[in-house]
Amino acid sequence: MKTQALITMVLTNIAFLGFTAYFFRLVLKTPLDKPDNDDIEYPHGG
Amino acid sequence: MANNENWGSRVGLVLAMAGNAVGLGNFLRFPVQAVQNGGGTFIIPYLVCFLLLGIPLLFVEWSMGRFGGKHGDHSTPFILSNMAPKKQFLWKYVGVFGIFTNLAVAAYYCYLESWTLSYTWHSIAGSFEGQTAEGIANFFNNYVLNPGTEAFAFWIFCLVLNTYILSRGLSGGVEKVAKIGMPLLIVFGIFLAYKGLTVQEGVDGAIFSSSEGLNFLWAPTPGSSVWDPKIWVAAAGQIFFTLSVGMGSIQCYASYMRQRDDVALNAMSAGWMNGFVEVCLGAAIVIPISVGYFGIDWVIENTKNGGLGLGFRTLPYLFQQWGPVIALVSGVFWFGLLFFAGITSSLAMGTPCMGFLQDEFKMSRERSAWSFGAAIFFLGLPTVLFFKYGVFDEYDYWAGTISLVVFALLEIILFAWIFGMEKGWKEINAYADIKVPVVFKFIIKWVTPTLLLFVFIGAFFKPVGNDWSAVLQGRWVLDDGSVINTMLNSGLHKKIAATSDAAQLEELNKQLTYINLSRLLLVAMFAAITSLVYIAYRKRVKEGRWV
Repeated sequence: MKTQALITMVLTNIAFLGFTAYFFRLVLKTPLDKPDNDDIEYPHGG
Repeated sequence: MANNENWGSRVGLVLAMAGNAVGLGNFLRFPVQAVQNGGGTFIIPYLVCFLLLGIPLLFVEWSMGRFGGKHGDHSTPFILSNMAPKKQFLWKYVGVFGIFTNLAVAAYYCYLESWTLSYTWHSIAGSFEGQTAEGIANFFNNYVLNPGTEAFAFWIFCLVLNTYILSRGLSGGVEKVAKIGMPLLIVFGIFLAYKGLTVQEGVDGAIFSSSEGLNFLWAPTPGSSVWDPKIWVAAAGQIFFTLSVGMGSIQCYASYMRQRDDVALNAMSAGWMNGFVEVCLGAAIVIPISVGYFGIDWVIENTKNGGLGLGFRTLPYLFQQWGPVIALVSGVFWFGLLFFAGITSSLAMGTPCMGFLQDEFKMSRERSAWSFGAAIFFLGLPTVLFFKYGVFDEYDYWAGTISLVVFALLEIILFAWIFGMEKGWKEINAYADIKVPVVFKFIIKWVTPTLLLFVFIGAFFKPVGNDWSAVLQGRWVLDDGSVINTMLNSGLHKKIAATSDAAQLEELNKQLTYINLSRLLLVAMFAAITSLVYIAYRKRVKEGRWV
């Protein structure tokens, strides 16, 4: 495989894999908050 | 009936959003776009557009959705309307795009989804065993051009399946499918990527090793330049379509979040996950395998009209070269992967219509789901029956391509310039679990709308051969694929003028009639949704809900 193709492929894959893992890990670490009173009755706009 | 659903878990929400974005295009469109636009040269504009167009639009749509949910709105007509000053009454009609697009795309997308399910079944049943490349290609042509009982049965099954899951609600239906479908899709993708990356010259009939295809995909094509406007327009278009922005489905999903939920981290997570599936998995399957068996020239010739042919005509044949067991596993994994990519997207298309019906006409969840199912049955029927006359492609072009660009451009103008960037920035950052770099404030206000304008102009005034360097030199001849020439049916008229054969002429004239009828149907659909939005508005005024 050409060196240029290999470098482009590896760097791009590392970037996407790395950022996906990083952000998804943050999501897993901070679950949804429990609903609070503000959530129960939203004012209806329009 | 109150529409007070919520997501059951944050992971479920992120997976559902990522599933909404991950579609067949991640596996079939991205690699083809890359090889047609300079290979490795394409990746730089792609990354830049992801950061300057994709991520900002995700921030905007997620925060618009949460803003709408805060006011009890779960579809774009009244989400947009609430963000604009009351005297600017037209915004609710701009929001019609957010229902129209989903309905029209779901109408043909479910048919496409049913092909993947049918092919999964045929892979298990061994229908492709011992067949020639031509035999498998003919199987596909026959399946779509002359749909028989089987094609109808799989299509109806897909419609019913989608409708049933939607009727189970967000946490009971959509979220469960995303939690099962997305991990499976990634596992299937990893297996196929492994097979794609290990094709060896002379083994199992391969004429090249996978490095040939990977060079083709990742090394800059000789003569290509990163400054070529064509590559930038293609990269911006790919980013735009892969993230499912401009549809209205992200706003709808986000409107079911709780007021204090984060949008910044969720949007980043879903956006990067879609990118991972596209770049890491999508790039490692179709092109390396096809090039390994047929060579670069064949692939260039056979991807001129997109990657659908490679996915359905070519891969089932190539899987057979790996022996019966691996062929079965690969077939099930490939079409299973496409099915999960499809269903997680089509479910997202159902929710805006359901949200609208539930909010404005007080329908129950089940009734709104079955109303959606009935609508896509009637709207999808012409795409099944008259596929060979181009009805499917017309839906895809107007609803699945042009409508998205128009809506995204208008919504970002509303968000950044009418709602106001200061308020918009506060919305994005409210309850955020990550700090959004302040440069995005500038990007959302100036860069993203400008890029969108380029995509818009690129689509409307596409020059012959998409050659923008010729335009810069003052030669601007419209391509038959530009919006203007498509609207005028220029390509088809040229074909008609060049044909002397009576039978062929009759077929082309028939095609012209069906194309024009399908456009009329789409216009009628848009008008019908606009009328419903007007009725809903009058209802709100009458009930004192229009403040």
